[in-house]
Amino acid sequence: MAEKKTKRRDFLFTATYAVGAVGVGAVVWPMIDQMNPDASVKALASTEVDVSSMDPGKTITVLWRGKPVFIRRRTQEEIAEAKSVKMDELKDPEKDEERAKNPEWLVMLGVCTHLGCVPLDQKGDYNGWFCPCHGSHYDISGRIRKGPAPTNMEVPKYEFVNANTIKIG
Amino acid sequence: MSDHNYTPETKIGKWFNDRLPLLTLANHLTDYPTPKNLNYWWTFGGILTFCLITQIVTGLTLAMHYIAHADMAFESVEHIMRDVNYGWLIRYIHANGASMFFLAVYIHIFRSLFYGSYKSPREIIWIIGIIIYLLMMAAAFMGYVLPWGQMSFWGATVITNLFSAIPLVGEGIVTWLWGGYSVDNPTLTRFFTLHYLIPFLILGLVVLHIWALHVPGNNNPVGIDIKKPSKDTVPFHPYIVIKDGFALLMFMIVFAFFVFYTPNILGHADNYIEADPLVTPAHIVPEWYLLPFYAILRSVPDKLLGVVAMLSAILILAALPWLDTSKIRSAVFRPLYRQFYWILVADVLILGYVGAMPAEGLYLLIARVATAYYFLHFLVILPFLGFREKTIPLPLSITDPVLGGSPNFATAKNKEESVIK
Repeated sequence: MAEKKTKRRDFLFTATYAVGAVGVGAVVWPMIDQMNPDASVKALASTEVDVSSMDPGKTITVLWRGKPVFIRRRTQEEIAEAKSVKMDELKDPEKDEERAKNPEWLVMLGVCTHLGCVPLDQKGDYNGWFCPCHGSHYDISGRIRKGPAPTNMEVPKYEFVNANTIKIG
Repeated sequence: MSDHNYTPETKIGKWFNDRLPLLTLANHLTDYPTPKNLNYWWTFGGILTFCLITQIVTGLTLAMHYIAHADMAFESVEHIMRDVNYGWLIRYIHANGASMFFLAVYIHIFRSLFYGSYKSPREIIWIIGIIIYLLMMAAAFMGYVLPWGQMSFWGATVITNLFSAIPLVGEGIVTWLWGGYSVDNPTLTRFFTLHYLIPFLILGLVVLHIWALHVPGNNNPVGIDIKKPSKDTVPFHPYIVIKDGFALLMFMIVFAFFVFYTPNILGHADNYIEADPLVTPAHIVPEWYLLPFYAILRSVPDKLLGVVAMLSAILILAALPWLDTSKIRSAVFRPLYRQFYWILVADVLILGYVGAMPAEGLYLLIARVATAYYFLHFLVILPFLGFREKTIPLPLSITDPVLGGSPNFATAKNKEESVIK
């Protein structure tokens, strides 16, 4: 076997393996993809919330896609505090203006970006939120200030349908 | 060994055995030569087999009454506890059985660590064991989710979120695991399916574990290679069967104590509150057997590195046969390793304790030191010790120190050598 030449048989082997691999992949993919969110889960895309009864300084929690969403009507002091923070103090720099288009209303997923617990309202070192699971502190803009969470609490897609109603999703 | 030329005595036995050599296997298992100095730390293999069978049988019967649906799971568990005949007993055996299983497996693992059972030629037995241990943790975690209480729900949320630490694809993987945008009904149904599957995978691996064990045979407290069969061995049946049986009985007393007297002490009260996706319990803790790894996870202030550290803490065990460079197996003959062994035991217990405490202040500091030491033990101390340690001379055989008439191995060895001369 000193001479190495591609023979007819080598070609047949390679072609068979290749077709076999494609076939296996075609069967395996549906088995994997069936675990992804199904049509009925995806259909629950948006939630409308009436916020007319909320006073400044109040937070409500609503369920959207199985996750809690915090809606806080912030006081003027809180807005001022959120805006006063310098960017270089932040682990995940983001301006308050980017997070709350209408500064009075902060809408964000109430899910700690560390491992998914629900942070507690008006707790922690920055008077924002505090996650009891592993000790992450968030400020009044929901930005991570201290602890293991890597990023700020996520702001979902939302809009004011009218002055009193927020549509999330 | 006699297995290869075994012939059944009866004619029908021979007829059957020629077609399927099950009787040869049974003969191998009864005659299997076992070191005669095995102590009670060696009985946990049998105890673990008992635990696995118990979990499968009680799990099977629970599955006849349990409903894997987010709206009904919690209620169906209460239905098992209150309405189903002996449901409370079966469920308490199953729930405490998981803890007993881990208690036994930790003793089994630490026995291997003390007597160097993971060393050549038993590396494959050890690695299969680590895979079994990983599967046990997966099964226990998913089983804990099934009652759909607060700890179930938030434990599932925290553990599945560990995967979100993976760069780029992490979030996609978590959504895929959940089958939605949070832990919900699709998560519950798939966890139930996998929880049902894993014990049978473990059963298959246990067969491989024992098969791999029966190639070189058991290690023993002296840790030397022995001739099989010889004066140093006894047949598995009846000697080891009786010893294992007695140990199992003792173990079952402890087991029964938990089941009948404090069935909920190892669980968490919050799990008797139905899952609520809007409220996280004030203090999330995993089951006791996962606490050391949980402490390692929390001791690292970075999300990705914390997850990496936790997984490494488990996977590092698979590399142990190569990290431990000493040729001497048993810690009995390794005066330095023996001390480091007990420091490691204490270290793991401390990690377990701080894992149950809030991750702040002094607890966090202790967790960090203990985590650092854990890795130091495996990555620095063990490799170095193999080169630097002055070990005690090994006896020539198991009977040697006994029949040599002296408790001092060195004396016995000299005596043996003089006899040979």
